[in-house]
Amino acid sequence: MNQTNNSNNLSPNKWVDDYADYLFNYAVVRVNDSNIAKDLVQETFFAGLKSAKNFQGKSTERTWLVSILKRKIIDHYRKINSKKGQAEVRMNFYDNGENEGSWIEERVPQSWNNEAEKTIENRELKSQIDKCIDALPEKYAMVFRMKTIQEFETEEICKELDITPSNLWVIIHRARTQLRNCMEKNWFNK
Amino acid sequence: MFKKFKITCDEATTICDKAQYGEASFYEKLQLNWHILICKICALYSKQNRKMSHLFKMKASECKNETKCLSNMDKEALKEQLSNFN
Repeated sequence: MNQTNNSNNLSPNKWVDDYADYLFNYAVVRVNDSNIAKDLVQETFFAGLKSAKNFQGKSTERTWLVSILKRKIIDHYRKINSKKGQAEVRMNFYDNGENEGSWIEERVPQSWNNEAEKTIENRELKSQIDKCIDALPEKYAMVFRMKTIQEFETEEICKELDITPSNLWVIIHRARTQLRNCMEKNWFNK
Repeated sequence: MFKKFKITCDEATTICDKAQYGEASFYEKLQLNWHILICKICALYSKQNRKMSHLFKMKASECKNETKCLSNMDKEALKEQLSNFN
């Protein structure tokens, strides 16, 4: 370790104190699970140690670690992407035949009973939103959160997750129609 | 040309969702508004979608205010693992 220290100014023994919180926060807003985020930070540090000799000092230590973490997040994203097929998504539209792209009858939006005024107040509502987001397939939840809750730029999400903008909008669209149904069932028309 | 201008409900709601983030193009908005004129269901979706956006905004502003940190215990564990690695 001394060797790597001398050659490129990395100080791994200070990593945890200096960057753990920053990296953890970075990861947790993207994967929305503190255990997974913890694992990712740990993997990032290990990968950093392993490739310390490749560090050229062109960027700061933190930027360098973040770039490693980004790759870990993409890997994580790919994993959940392949693990969970899209089969479990309940589609709202016919996807072939004469009616392609039209609403499926039993999934047509219903009018909502509750008045708008009832919304702002409570925790219950917020936890119901959380529940509905959690019920989404992981990939959808992740993209939806990044776009809607963390308010990332489209371009940034696409770059980080290695998807195209039209991919992103299809995911957002499916997530939102599904969330709509979930909220309709569990909140507005309960 | 006119045929291309017509969109399905699936496409219309996709544009509607995109518009919630202010990222639908002018042409897309035209298509959407035309569709909404002739489709009551999507008009309802569109109206409710604005409300959903409002709810999500509330959540977003709340989440922005919290920063998450690792506990000291987690950090110590991490340090130990890292030192074992060497």
